[in-house]
Amino acid sequence: MAAGATRSHRELTALVVGVPLVLLACAGFIFWVFPPLYNLFWGATCGVVDTWLVCSGFLQRGFTAGVLIGITAPVVGAYLVNRQMALIGEALAHTAFGGVAIGLFVGAAVPRFDYPLVFALIAAAVGALGMQYVAVKTDGYADVPIAIMLTGGFAVGIAVISYGVVFSATVESYLFGDILFVPFENVQLMVGLTLIVAGTVALTHKQLLFITFDREAARLARINVWFYDTLLIVLTALVVVAAMQILGAILVAGMLVIPVAAAMQLTSSFNHGMLLSVLLGQVAIFGGIFLSYYWNVATGAMIILVAIAVYIGAVIGDPLG
Amino acid sequence: MTHAITVENVSFAYDDQPVLKDVSLSIETGEFLGLIGPNGSGKTTLLKIMLGLQTPDAGTVELFGTPATEFTEGTRLGYVSQHSTDADAVMPVTVREVVKMGRYAHAGLWRLTADDHDAIEDALDTVGIADLADRRISRLSGGQRQRTYIARALASQADLLALDEPTVGVDADSVERFYDLLGELNDDGISIVLIEHDIGVVTEHADTIACLNGELYEHCETEAFLDTDALERAFSSARVVQGNAVAGGD
Repeated sequence: MAAGATRSHRELTALVVGVPLVLLACAGFIFWVFPPLYNLFWGATCGVVDTWLVCSGFLQRGFTAGVLIGITAPVVGAYLVNRQMALIGEALAHTAFGGVAIGLFVGAAVPRFDYPLVFALIAAAVGALGMQYVAVKTDGYADVPIAIMLTGGFAVGIAVISYGVVFSATVESYLFGDILFVPFENVQLMVGLTLIVAGTVALTHKQLLFITFDREAARLARINVWFYDTLLIVLTALVVVAAMQILGAILVAGMLVIPVAAAMQLTSSFNHGMLLSVLLGQVAIFGGIFLSYYWNVATGAMIILVAIAVYIGAVIGDPLG
Repeated sequence: MTHAITVENVSFAYDDQPVLKDVSLSIETGEFLGLIGPNGSGKTTLLKIMLGLQTPDAGTVELFGTPATEFTEGTRLGYVSQHSTDADAVMPVTVREVVKMGRYAHAGLWRLTADDHDAIEDALDTVGIADLADRRISRLSGGQRQRTYIARALASQADLLALDEPTVGVDADSVERFYDLLGELNDDGISIVLIEHDIGVVTEHADTIACLNGELYEHCETEAFLDTDALERAFSSARVVQGNAVAGGD
């Protein structure tokens, strides 16, 4: 890449000193500050509105996880959609599913390593970097490598599952998502991922936006395009793994794409569009959880259906149209 | 260092289609170079090579004394390309957001400063699109869109402005104002490389002219240039060798 390293010495120093400090602060927040805050909030909410919907531990964890997904997925999706990379998330989700399968297999054999989401994270990260390598080699994120990865990740997952002894209910919860299946450690993991995604985007939004809009001008401004492309795809992998528990590997891409697509219909500004897509993401999450509760249907599916309803509404009522 | 750009013995081919053959020229700091030549003569390719966006197959390129591909001071370069981007037809992004991008190289990872915002507003005013600042760029006419990109290049307050047919689709009045502005910027010491179809515009504003058609036919001061037969040679050779020796790559 012609651009080479661009960050000035000052920024490099700030990064080297800042990143470990920020990570440390995040870890402190996740382990010591977040749990009491969580209990305080849901305790108070349950005291005010005393229904099973907010007082059950399952749904409390589900709601929290959902809100976090509704923030991170549209934020990262805003760049992906405008780069015509909407299906990257789906491909990474399928790779992550392969990782989950390996994780469940390993976890069944060695209970000490029973953290399937960590395996999913590793698989998705490896997949993301592989995708980036292919993109550099072949000049872009063509749909052929995406299709290969999409099916490949699933093939690995199914192969491992069929070989090992894994409960099909567990597998299904990762495939289709299950809001009643989010343990508190996973909520903590998602808080961590959300902090990482939000912090990174806050710091690098300008560069990501510039490259998304005009790659060549960004290269001219000596922005390290390769570095930021890799960063974006790794962030996508993080979001996908976080969202997989609720939406399932098959539906994850919907949350990255649909709220953003709806928001793009309604606003002229990228920054406003990003905020609006987070808002619409929350509408989809809350609407989906409530409707799935009242109608007794799968939550992940309902979230996506609500998001699509919002999108159709945005297209029909398009004020810019 | 008195040279903004030095190009030495540069050759470039797309696959096996030669586009540039052994081109050498240098542009002094503060020079206003007009780059002309027939369609497919390699003008855009040469410009991109000068800016370090493409690597030549042979030869060396220096930007302000540093090899172009190793040049890291993005704040010193401004560029208006021939075609607008693919994204501007669909992406929700306002005129002001696009012009802001001209300051991103200055800001790095930090927030835009008051100076950055001043430069942005000045650039919007200068090209006369301040009233369009909050409009979505995909809803603008081609000329308005082009003026947005010009404003972005101006906002970058670069030492070197590279312009590839910047006024395509822009109305005549704005074109005139734009070239007057380029003249003023050049008087302030900014180096300019301009690719332009309208040879009249080039001869009126540029200090020097380079005539290109795969190889360099002439690079000299504008007045001297008009006395040479470089234009005739470049354009007639384009007719003679069409589909023959030097092809492709605008």
